[in-house]
Amino acid sequence: MSSSRLDPWVDSYAQRTNGMQASEIRALFAVASRPEVVSLAGGMPFVQALDMEMMAETVSKLLLERGAVALQYGSGQGDVFLREQILDVMAEVKVTAHPDDIIVTTGSQMALDLVTRVFCNPGDVVLVEAPSYVGALGVFRAYECDVVHVPMDDEGLNPIALAEAIARVRAEGKTVKMIYTIPSFHNPAGITQSQVRRAEILAVAKSAGILLLEDDPYGLLGFEGEPPAAIRSLDEEGVIYLGSFSKTIASGLRVGWAVAPHGVREKLVLAAESAVLCPSNYSQLTISQYLATQPWREQIKTYQELYRERRDALLESLELLMPAGTTWTKPAGGFYSWVTLPEGLDSKAMLPRAVSQLVAYVPGTGFYVNGDGHHNMRLSYCYPEPERIREGVRRLAAVIEGELGIAATFGTTVGLRKSDGHESPAPNLA
Amino acid sequence: MSSFLVLSGGLSPERDVSLRSGRRVAEALRLVVNAEVLEADVDAGLIQSLLNLQPDCVIPVLHGAAGEDGALRDVLTSMQLPYIGATGAAARLAFEKPVAKALLAQAGVSTPAVLALPHATFRELGATALLDGIRDYLGLPIMVKPSSGGSALGCSIVRTAQDFPPAMVGAFAYSEFAMMEQYIKGTEVAISVLETNDGITALPAVEIVPQSGIYDYNSRYTAGTTEFFVPARLSSDVTAECARIAVLAHQVLGLRDWSRTDLIIDESGTPWFLETNAAPGLTETSLYPQALAAAGLNLGEVTKALVEHAILRNERAFTA
Repeated sequence: MSSSRLDPWVDSYAQRTNGMQASEIRALFAVASRPEVVSLAGGMPFVQALDMEMMAETVSKLLLERGAVALQYGSGQGDVFLREQILDVMAEVKVTAHPDDIIVTTGSQMALDLVTRVFCNPGDVVLVEAPSYVGALGVFRAYECDVVHVPMDDEGLNPIALAEAIARVRAEGKTVKMIYTIPSFHNPAGITQSQVRRAEILAVAKSAGILLLEDDPYGLLGFEGEPPAAIRSLDEEGVIYLGSFSKTIASGLRVGWAVAPHGVREKLVLAAESAVLCPSNYSQLTISQYLATQPWREQIKTYQELYRERRDALLESLELLMPAGTTWTKPAGGFYSWVTLPEGLDSKAMLPRAVSQLVAYVPGTGFYVNGDGHHNMRLSYCYPEPERIREGVRRLAAVIEGELGIAATFGTTVGLRKSDGHESPAPNLA
Repeated sequence: MSSFLVLSGGLSPERDVSLRSGRRVAEALRLVVNAEVLEADVDAGLIQSLLNLQPDCVIPVLHGAAGEDGALRDVLTSMQLPYIGATGAAARLAFEKPVAKALLAQAGVSTPAVLALPHATFRELGATALLDGIRDYLGLPIMVKPSSGGSALGCSIVRTAQDFPPAMVGAFAYSEFAMMEQYIKGTEVAISVLETNDGITALPAVEIVPQSGIYDYNSRYTAGTTEFFVPARLSSDVTAECARIAVLAHQVLGLRDWSRTDLIIDESGTPWFLETNAAPGLTETSLYPQALAAAGLNLGEVTKALVEHAILRNERAFTA
């Protein structure tokens, strides 16, 4: 007789891997990748809208003219010319900086990781919106931070609740290291902070002496008027700004950046060098070449129009088809709407039924660390064509009707499924 | 050159498990055959692919609906293609757990008492009174499961009256019928069965000891979360009885080639039949490959033998 746990290293893993397990929810997302399923779950940008011949030309020119540089190691801080170009991109959201204030990263996800790495000890508190970006929660969890959610209202993170949360956490003897916020076209809530609200949040952070981490991947993807001015435009010392080309150019190139005060930036560069030596020169120079030679502002307009049409398809279908008691946010940009289900329904309990009816979404619980979010789901409109979105909402409405029947029989479906470790789709799922 | 087609994926919630099983069996087979081993998902293009490829044998490694409910196997039969494993009719019997349990009970095997009801019954008769009655009838704890499907998806243990409605909702999320089964406390074992030209053989029993106490989806597919003992720590008498039941289940359900029967051994040493899988999982953490390894058998060689057997079987069936 022999005994095995099928992993000889099972007793060697760090504690932080405790939540890294196979997940029933992730298994369901695997089905969502099938073409029969209308996936309103993933957040993949619709990169098919890029002019691929133009991209091929850009890459070809890069390799022929600067191949030896593009295929070589680069600086840990990132290509200096690209950093200058990033200033032009950030000018759209009124951020001014010096190229030396910027560190280029492998997507802004890596910037999130680096910032957390240099600031947070295990047990340090990070304040986040309720709900918050699942990828950020994953990073904070990996560094064993104590994540505390702060309520939002129609204008985003509530400054009064923020101040109260800071006071409460400090009264417990804990150290608050960061406030993490997505002010524009929030993932997953689809809400945008007003300019007044941004100033209020900044004032709370400054008065408490807490760093504000501003994540702005969707800032240029608004559907109405000028892009909202970033919080970083109001303050250079108290805010770290994270930007990304994933949604405005191409997510597959994995290029993002952080703008940080001098002392912080020095630490971020050293941390980046220890993590990856340098971000991909090839990707950086591809982006740089693209920005230098292609009409990137026009491409962003193309994306804006495409996503606006899809947002409209989603909102019109929700209005037309959703059962009474269902509510949703009306995003003015970005990729997501946050749906609140009728009383008594649990989005997580409902997911298997939805997938069997060939429609997928992300249950709200994935955007919380504390088990909240059962009543909610995130719907993404970025990837499916408008007609598919309409069909997806038709299917979803029928699923919700069915679930209302189950809830009527058994009282409720809320909180009936235990929590899995990983409740959002893998990044390569639409 | 011959070609064999491994079918995996599909639209069931066990798609991911099936894809991993499929890749594993395809890789194992490639090492031992001088033939093209192809892999395909089950989608709208499948029939045309089968017609174009005309594989010498199909290896369905599909879990959950369509794969295990017999539908796809009936399609393969209608196309006169050889395939490994149960016929559609037999797979259907195994897939519907209450049906399989009834057949095994008729054959004299102990199986926990069970009730299987659709949501409509609860809606029409009133859930509260019905659940109270079932609780009195079966006694707590009660296992609640979807009446079909695998990987423990939608399964819960009901230990208190308050647990019961949520457990039912969880099961109905995966299946039209939910089954409520008497809970038997004991040692969980899986007996893999292999049918070759030499007959039907039970492989060494695999004893399952999940760290969490429950062999749920996480415990099944996260390496390190479950301890397996192979062969199971059972007396020789109990081991022999488990093997007999697994072979009997294979026969009673009319299965072919391979199957896996899950049993619970209670404190008195009595094995209780839970279910039989006509398409056992073949992933890195699955039970069937562990049993094969314990028997000194190689997944690729076994699959190759089953393929050859299936081809001959098909020739006999369609030339008769």
